[in-house]
Amino acid sequence: MNIIVCIKQVPNTTNVQIDHETGRLKREGVESIINPFDEYAIEEGVRLKERTGGKCIVVTMGPPQAESALREAISRGVDEAVLVSDRAFGGADTLATSYALSSAIKQLGDYSVILCGKQATDGDTAQVGPGIAEMLNIPHIAYVKKIEDINDKSMKVERMMEDGYDLIESPAPCLLTVVKEINNPRVPSLKGKMAAKKAVIKTFNAPSINADEKRIGLNGSPTQVMKIFTPPQRTGGEKFSGDAQQQAAALVKKMSDIGII
Amino acid sequence: MAMDYFLSEEEQMMIETARTIAQEKMKPVREHYDEKEEFPWEIVKEFAQADLCGVYIPEEYGGFGKGIMGLVLVVEELCKVDGAIALSLAATALGTLPILIAGNEEQKKKYLPDIASGKKLAAFGLTEAEAGSDATGMRTTAVKDGDYYILNGTKCFITNGGDAETYTIFAKTNPSRGARGISCFIVEKGTPGFEFGKKEKKMGIKASSTRELIFNNCKIHKDQLLGKEGHGLMIAQATLDNSRPGVAAQALGIAAGALEEAVNYARKRVQFGQAIASFQGIQHMLADMATEVEAARCLLYTVARSIDKGTGGRTSKESAMAKLFCSEVAMKVTTNAVQIFGGYGYCREYPVEKMMRDAKITTLYEGTSQIQKNEIALNLIKESAKAK
Repeated sequence: MNIIVCIKQVPNTTNVQIDHETGRLKREGVESIINPFDEYAIEEGVRLKERTGGKCIVVTMGPPQAESALREAISRGVDEAVLVSDRAFGGADTLATSYALSSAIKQLGDYSVILCGKQATDGDTAQVGPGIAEMLNIPHIAYVKKIEDINDKSMKVERMMEDGYDLIESPAPCLLTVVKEINNPRVPSLKGKMAAKKAVIKTFNAPSINADEKRIGLNGSPTQVMKIFTPPQRTGGEKFSGDAQQQAAALVKKMSDIGII
Repeated sequence: MAMDYFLSEEEQMMIETARTIAQEKMKPVREHYDEKEEFPWEIVKEFAQADLCGVYIPEEYGGFGKGIMGLVLVVEELCKVDGAIALSLAATALGTLPILIAGNEEQKKKYLPDIASGKKLAAFGLTEAEAGSDATGMRTTAVKDGDYYILNGTKCFITNGGDAETYTIFAKTNPSRGARGISCFIVEKGTPGFEFGKKEKKMGIKASSTRELIFNNCKIHKDQLLGKEGHGLMIAQATLDNSRPGVAAQALGIAAGALEEAVNYARKRVQFGQAIASFQGIQHMLADMATEVEAARCLLYTVARSIDKGTGGRTSKESAMAKLFCSEVAMKVTTNAVQIFGGYGYCREYPVEKMMRDAKITTLYEGTSQIQKNEIALNLIKESAKAK
């Protein structure tokens, strides 16, 4: 059973600064890391491979330096890595990115499942995973917190909801986006790091994935960013204490005081 | 800047891996294991998964092949956060060294891969109630009976005892021959007649198990003999030459961890309207601590590299020096770290209290500081006599 994991290299957000004149992220000198949610996708891919056999292939689209994210994925146990990289992909929004990644995945042969992190910490859109599934014409399940059962025909997973979880069955292949509750990622092993150093990274450019040039990069990106700003921080709100009855009474009084009810 | 110890890329890789595990996996649970005195299996699993268990075991047996220096770097880094949890790995190295030193090819192939992968832990069984520094006082016997040896006796203070699967056990095969009458055997957990006695309640290193091993007509096949009959004490001495740097690394790591805590605390703690780090009294303490830690590291790394290079013959004296110096530094530095923390340092809420308790053992096991001095002096005198 082959497993594909899609990852993104993002700036380490704990020390990102914003250029107040242009409203853009200052990327110079900022360390790049694997999108934290994608680490869970990598770990789940490696665990599935260990459980069911087969190969785990990691794919990313980005500039040549995104290779370091792929090597780190190999140090975490992934077997092969593919870098989708071409100047023509530059400036891609989530639509063009989904198109390019799905075109690359078509070159990789049979697979039973595609795993993605639920969203990336830089754009926070959560669109590329489902977008890839649409373009490949396969089902997808977002916010997966557990894979209960999986084989090359079907899978049964738990989708995390605010009030519990949904148990969903899907035929394979299927794309899953995962939440951090799904596992506890391993520390890269020494042998993994050695393998990562030696690994040959396969690179796809636009022609090698038969990409339609109107659907990649800026040409394929209808998204227009009008403005980037930090939203105002929420104020603290008001907390009611006491037993349930007292709290309910205080809440009703408050709501009627401000005219909601 | 940090001192340049000319570490290779692979050595830095080991440090980085150990640091990630120490910071991300060990730090959040170190108080729990100290308090509950449980064996840290969940962390041992992390060591195994990251390939740390076999850093000193040759690659042909599934290890990472980085020798005593590899062991030292990993143990130091882990012990900066917790010197007790890391002992599961360091004490396994002690139990494994007799196999590496004296094992034949079959024995190495049978036992080393599972230890390198972290599937099994090991332990070293030399000490007895009446045989501490004087190993020849041991009472455990191994009597030959056809293709077997029958073991009888009790070992005490055995680190990883009960939790390890593979034990290297020393017993008298010929009591009349004294130091030349001791032999070394590999004994597997679960062998009939091999049982575990009481678990010690200790001052520190509480996450590490210390138990008695009881042999009661325990039948061991002769294939489990390491080296030749009567070579046991030589194997034990060669093992200690290689393992004492591991204890030194544990001591150094604890000291370096305590130093870091002390500097951070001194910068934050405000008294008389200023950080206590601005007082010269504190500054001089920190300066002494840092100098001692760096000197200890220089000595230890040099000894570890000499052992791995293997061109200088026996390293009993140098290994003893590294263990003596690093463990005494650990005691001084952790005591001063508690001093800098003041009353808070005496409370379990802060990590230096535990570091001071954990440090003490390094001046005691694998030979007390006094025994290290005996070893150093004896070799000094021998070398001088040889030179004449």
